[in-house]
Amino acid sequence: MTGRMVGAACVALLLAAGAARAEDTLSVGMVLEPPVLDPTASAAAAVDEIVYANVFEGLVRIGPDGGVRPGLARSWTVDGTGTVYTFDLEENVLFQDGTGFDADDVLFTFKRAMAPDSTNAQKTIFDPIEKVEALDPDTVRITLKESRSDFLFNMGQGDAVIVAEESAKDNRTHPVGTGPFKVVEWRKGDSVRLQRRDDYWGEPVALREVTFHFIADPTAASSAMLAGDVDAYPNFPAPESLDLLKTDPRLKVVVGTTEGETILAINNRRPPLNDVRVRRAISYAIDRQAVIQGAYFGYGTPIGSHFAPHDPAYVDLTGLYPHDFAKARDLLKEAGVENLKLTMKLPPPSYARRGGEIVAAELKEAGIEVEVVAVEWAQWLEQVFQNHDFDLTIVSHTEPRDINIYARDDYYFGYDSQAFKDLMAKADAATDVKTRDDFLKQAQRKIAEDAVNAFLFQLPKLGVWNARVEGLWTNSPIQANDLTAVHWAE
Amino acid sequence: MNTTPALVLRRLIGLATTLLLAAFVVFAVLSVLPGDPAAVMLGVGARPDTLAALRAEMGLDRPVAVRFVSWTGGLFVGDFGVSHTYGVPVLDLVLERAAVSLPLALLAAGGAVFVGVPLGALAASQRGGVLDTVLMALAQVGIAVPSFWLAIMLSLVFAVGLDWLPAGGFPGWEAGVWPGLRALFLPALALALPQGAVLARVARSAVLEALHQDYVLTARMKGLSKGAALWRHALPNALIPVATVLGLQLAFLLTGAIVVENVFYLPGVGRLLFQAIAQRDLITVQGIVVLVVTAVVCINFVVDLTYLWLDPRLRTRGA
Repeated sequence: MTGRMVGAACVALLLAAGAARAEDTLSVGMVLEPPVLDPTASAAAAVDEIVYANVFEGLVRIGPDGGVRPGLARSWTVDGTGTVYTFDLEENVLFQDGTGFDADDVLFTFKRAMAPDSTNAQKTIFDPIEKVEALDPDTVRITLKESRSDFLFNMGQGDAVIVAEESAKDNRTHPVGTGPFKVVEWRKGDSVRLQRRDDYWGEPVALREVTFHFIADPTAASSAMLAGDVDAYPNFPAPESLDLLKTDPRLKVVVGTTEGETILAINNRRPPLNDVRVRRAISYAIDRQAVIQGAYFGYGTPIGSHFAPHDPAYVDLTGLYPHDFAKARDLLKEAGVENLKLTMKLPPPSYARRGGEIVAAELKEAGIEVEVVAVEWAQWLEQVFQNHDFDLTIVSHTEPRDINIYARDDYYFGYDSQAFKDLMAKADAATDVKTRDDFLKQAQRKIAEDAVNAFLFQLPKLGVWNARVEGLWTNSPIQANDLTAVHWAE
Repeated sequence: MNTTPALVLRRLIGLATTLLLAAFVVFAVLSVLPGDPAAVMLGVGARPDTLAALRAEMGLDRPVAVRFVSWTGGLFVGDFGVSHTYGVPVLDLVLERAAVSLPLALLAAGGAVFVGVPLGALAASQRGGVLDTVLMALAQVGIAVPSFWLAIMLSLVFAVGLDWLPAGGFPGWEAGVWPGLRALFLPALALALPQGAVLARVARSAVLEALHQDYVLTARMKGLSKGAALWRHALPNALIPVATVLGLQLAFLLTGAIVVENVFYLPGVGRLLFQAIAQRDLITVQGIVVLVVTAVVCINFVVDLTYLWLDPRLRTRGA
């Protein structure tokens, strides 16, 4: 019988619940683990979701409303031509390894990002820069080749955070920034733990410790939330479970927006898709609301062009191609296209896989046979993005204000319009917001009229967190979990 | 003549050959796999020159033959290379994960043996009886139920519903043995039950087979009760097929636990392998495959040695 007693004791010990959690720690759930923790070395959103604003800071930072705010630069001035920016830097700033921050670190950061052997995933945001100079230890002047209205915003992105020469090499695994939290532990495959530092230069943060847990499985994510193992899931991966979670009074479900335009991208190079009538037919064939319902369980806002509905420069073009199978068939007939067979390559995210099935069914109704091919990200990047070997694909473009991709030469969907490029150049060169927004509106209209791609919906930000957690972002103007204002309510 | 040393030597040569072959095959297969690790890392905004710079940094700009020779050369001195994505030595990554996967596999295998073998023997002793029918029906259900479904159910009941155990994650052994075991309890159970059901069926038929052997009849004639003859003579002899199946199960549990690892978000070897494939972290994939092949070959070796221990007749046969 002693065996049974030992067994009972074991079970009792196993079941003993963990100690009650202190109210200055936060456990955050994330879908993907970042490959590295250096935001200047990877395009993975997961990197910024951990370190942006928490561990690393840039000259400026992006606020929850998408506006540009002071960061390591407490203020700045722009000259009349819009090409010379003078940044006044914060003093008494220390990196997490105790070394001081000054203009030299800014110079080093920009030199590193712009160097020929730079591995910065968004090197293009540094392209407009002519030169960077330190006027004194607390003042930096950046001169642009030409005026760029998106320059300041870009300097607030994770790819432009300031790093130190002493530590930059090891930032991938042991990040050292100027932010209020330092990374104390990375248990690969499981979690990253941040701790508050006492020598932070700015406003002190409320949380003492934050742990990011990597839970990709949608069922596991729901379980972790319901079991209370995770306090917050800023980007919840299981829209199908939200109704269940909403009924739990301990939890809060917050639906916001992101910068992710989800599109049915069309290979504009390939006949007959190079015929605008065929592309318009595809747009007419699609019922966006049905796609949203199927792909995201009804969450998400329909879009009519490649632009976020919450952006001040947005124009609603969703009425341009109302859902109309007859019209779609007529256009195909007019273009002389019969028995059209297309291949749609779908990357792993569930919005693409689920949405793709619905789009395929709708296109079939309009007389277009679609063969659906599921691919991994690595395959998608190689086949679709690099080699342009596809007819249709569904993907979400998550960079903020990225309508300029339609002006790129030889981009994967193969749109080539001088008129559009001119519009973008004018928008970029505009020095006042009103003029810039006017050009951006025209640009949205241009690609919608050309039906470059079929524009589906704006990816929602589905957040679930403990009802007493306050200060998390509702929307995602950039992909980040800025925890500097997060605290537990009394 | 005792042939055990010769057997061991033969096995070691076999191990080396298998490893070299595995290294070559995995390298060859992975080098023709479409997908560029640099592109996965830098995403859709990257420029060609940036991609080229990263490829050079990862050493991917060297010819395939050079990469193969330098990688296999490293293997001989225990250098598995540096992960493309994480930028840390592959061996460290795998060992970190093995600290979860190995105890999990052992717990699950132990649980499976603990449940499966006695129940199988019990069913055999009651062959055709009600208990036999019930136990084998349960085993059938156990085999049919997928591990991941069982895992989800266990997590819903014991973590979400009753809040007795964590829903997943692993605190690390440095947090203590109990927190570690608590985290592994449900996943091990989810893996052990289906495997235990398989073992129960194997044990039952092996015991039944042994019960018809002459030595059992002899034992019975010497006056042993039916039960005593079963437990003392038939069961030990039935363990060879059980050990064979257990060896296969252990090999599966080391990496095949990935589905259960996902449900309980455990940082195990299976998830590392899956993630490395998705990110085209080929050097990590190669390292894991070679290590797993080593582990499987070692397990088979141990199983062979167990035969010798279980059945003394095998020690001198073929001398």
